[in-house]
Amino acid sequence: MNAFRGFVLKEFYHILRDRRTLVILFGMPVIQLVLFGFAIRNEVNDVRVLLVDPSGDYVTQAIKSEVLASPYFEGVGHQTREIGIERTFQKGRAKEAIIFEPDFAHRLAHEGVARVQVLTDASDPNTANTILAYTTSILQDYRRRLASGPPGGVRIVPEVRMRYNPELKSVFLFVPGLIALILMLVCALMTSITITREKETGTMEVLLVSPLKPAQIIVGKVIPYLVISLAIVSVILTLARAVFQVPMRGSLTLLMLECLLFIACALSLGILISTRSRTQQTAMMVSLSGLLLPTVILSGFIFPVSSMPVPLQMVSHIVPAKWFLIIVRGLMIKGVSFADIWQETLVLAGMTLFFLAVSVRNFNDRLA
Amino acid sequence: MAIIEVNRLTRAFGDFIAVKEVTFSVERGEIFGFLGANGAGKTTCIRMLIGLLAPTSGEARVAGFDVYTQPEQIKRNIGYMSQRFSLYEDLTVRENIRFYGGIYGLSNRAIKEKTAELLEELGLTGVRDERIRSLPLGWRQKLAFSVAILHDPEIVFLDEPTGGVDPIIRRQFWDLIYEASAQGVTVFVTTHYMDEAEYCDRVSIMVDGRIEAIGPPGELKRKFGVDTMNEVFLRLARGGAETAAETAAQGGGG
Amino acid sequence: MDAVVVRDIAKSFGAVRAVVGVSFSVREGELFGFIGPDGAGKTTLFRMLVTLLLPDAGEAFVDGLHVVNDYRRLRPRLGYMPGRFSLYPDLSVEENLKFFASVFGTTVEENYDLVKGIYAPLEPFKDRAAGKLSGGMKQKLALSCALIHRPRVLFLDEPTTGVDAVSRQEFWEMLGRLKASGITIVVSTPYMDEARLCDRVALMQGGRLLSVDTPDRIEATYDRPLFAARGSDRYRLLKALRAYPHAFSVYAFGDSIHYTDARETADPDELRQYLRARGFEDAEVEPIRAGIEDVFMALMQAQEEAHDGHH
Repeated sequence: MNAFRGFVLKEFYHILRDRRTLVILFGMPVIQLVLFGFAIRNEVNDVRVLLVDPSGDYVTQAIKSEVLASPYFEGVGHQTREIGIERTFQKGRAKEAIIFEPDFAHRLAHEGVARVQVLTDASDPNTANTILAYTTSILQDYRRRLASGPPGGVRIVPEVRMRYNPELKSVFLFVPGLIALILMLVCALMTSITITREKETGTMEVLLVSPLKPAQIIVGKVIPYLVISLAIVSVILTLARAVFQVPMRGSLTLLMLECLLFIACALSLGILISTRSRTQQTAMMVSLSGLLLPTVILSGFIFPVSSMPVPLQMVSHIVPAKWFLIIVRGLMIKGVSFADIWQETLVLAGMTLFFLAVSVRNFNDRLA
Repeated sequence: MAIIEVNRLTRAFGDFIAVKEVTFSVERGEIFGFLGANGAGKTTCIRMLIGLLAPTSGEARVAGFDVYTQPEQIKRNIGYMSQRFSLYEDLTVRENIRFYGGIYGLSNRAIKEKTAELLEELGLTGVRDERIRSLPLGWRQKLAFSVAILHDPEIVFLDEPTGGVDPIIRRQFWDLIYEASAQGVTVFVTTHYMDEAEYCDRVSIMVDGRIEAIGPPGELKRKFGVDTMNEVFLRLARGGAETAAETAAQGGGG
Repeated sequence: MDAVVVRDIAKSFGAVRAVVGVSFSVREGELFGFIGPDGAGKTTLFRMLVTLLLPDAGEAFVDGLHVVNDYRRLRPRLGYMPGRFSLYPDLSVEENLKFFASVFGTTVEENYDLVKGIYAPLEPFKDRAAGKLSGGMKQKLALSCALIHRPRVLFLDEPTTGVDAVSRQEFWEMLGRLKASGITIVVSTPYMDEARLCDRVALMQGGRLLSVDTPDRIEATYDRPLFAARGSDRYRLLKALRAYPHAFSVYAFGDSIHYTDARETADPDELRQYLRARGFEDAEVEPIRAGIEDVFMALMQAQEEAHDGHH
């Protein structure tokens, strides 16, 4: 056991001596969290909107004032006739036009239906979609209030805006993805690099000749990264909660256990890669393209799995991060219990066992 | 006229002085052995001479060019072969020759002629389209040397060119050096094989950043009253080697 | 009992035959050297003996244990220093030594007497990162690390390659002292002059052993007349000697040229006169006794000719 303790100690030395990597490991999640939290937003502010209102009655006035009062819109013009809209768009002076039909209040009162046409500049489809969603929500809000109470005296209710505040929403979605990404990076990439580095320097030859068993070498390599990973997860969760008020609606213990499972999965992938690569460079390339890229692209971290083409959806099934993401999002945001995620957990556990078995089989206690 | 003139050349890395006021010269066509223990300052000195490292103080001219102001001209007029890197292993013999010819701005016709000439001379015509990786080490080494003097440099720097090769190849390699020297190329060579030091016209022995001895091998042996260059080297280097190596390691130079 | 017994061991990597049917044995407490250039098969042979590679054919025993069947029991008894000094550059000198001691389930204190002579010069630098040591110091540290568990047999793969003449000499002095403490040492080197420092040597080339014996006896096998020639213009002299009709081989050798005659007996005067006639007024020719390097080159040449004959 003394030999094993010495081995683990040595691994910690390596990690602690390499300050630069350590700073990157802990700094990166923080920076990414801040980036996703503050800088990268799906919502848009101050959309220039052109209002076309032939009737100018109390209903359209109310809706218009609500639109203009919202922080997302900025009126760039008001006209009573439907002319020159095309030009305004082409010149880029407006991103949206809201066109009320004539006799709006009258029709609403007598026919129960009044039409509003919403035109958006869809040359940037994402922005157009978002603008449309805002507008629709304001209109529906207004309609709901019409149905529930007497017309007039319309006020802007702040909760309504909060519900659709996508800035919080994007951070909610990104935190679980970020955890998956960082764990993949630390566990798989770093483990595969540290093992191949010993192959490169020739120290692996000496370790293999020593009485240390392959399992001890593997576990000894893995333990420090397991500790670091858990520390990083805690940092991310604390930061997410303190700065961005990301909720933790489910069980924290269960979340940590699920993280541990995912860590085990990533570690076995890292070992698997290291058994197959001779140099650090190969290990890094394989980890980056084979593990990190799918974790970012195919897991639902950034692009929803449901909107992927079917073949890619199939591929996403073998990406461990996809299952982990479902689990973590469920636990943190929806507050689900284990009964709701046991299937995903089972899939992840199965994957982990498989990778672990393959990597231990491949780890040779001789050279090639 | 001397082709390398070095006067009080010094290079410091922080507090550590890797090369201390070194003065020597190398004559045209000479085979000059540049000896010293690991960390004595050889590599730092060579790097200054081939224009890769600016000196801290002192003067040096290589092939008539100043190491401070004309490193580009120096690079164009010298050949360089190091033990570590010489040829691209995944390129064929011919591709390697083409590549180096191209670097030194040889015309396509000149490269073609030189390639045929060189392959014929080394007896490598049969393997010209083989990758370097598949050739025996000895062949590679000889090819590397020929490629290093492909552009007819006035002087060629060889950094431990014969490390690890078998004794016959090592001698064949020295035949190439003699050949080049007979054609007027100046050869500046470092080696850990002390019998190879005997093959040089003159040698210098560097200890602790200074040149402690310089002259023809025969003269040095007489001066120290010993039979081999190995003994000369041990006499000089033994005292200074460890301390030199230590400080060198600290300063990051060698 | 012999410390190492090897019978017809062989190993190929694809089409490359790295070791071709090699047999030898090393006596207990012997300092045994493998002499040969890069690519001779020394590293492959060593890796098979330290249980890191499986032989394709043949068998080998180290300290009485089979290198394939008993490898688990054998490993703790081995000391192994691979070609590149395998140290952790980011760990300090002392941490490296402690680590290797702990890996073998022992402590530095327990076996300090064995490494003391080698490690003592490193003591003042014990807090320095191993990556920042000079070549000679790395070599000493690597040897200390390979010894710290008091192995029965020590395998050193090219410990002096790329190290300067001073460090090389010191290293051999250390090996001499280690031998005195009873450890069997198997060492490989590309430097022919180091052969003299071994009890017995095996000359290796192209995956085969050319000869195994004491340096003296190997040198005595040289059966052709050998002369040392000296003259002022060495390169011209070399060419002139090669042009001599009876020349078998002509090689530069330190400050002289070694000339081997193709006949059973030869007269140095005859050669001297030939050189005089060619304008080498000051040429000296004297008969000499062959060294390891002469024998090695002769055996290499013979092997190559035998090969060419087969083709």
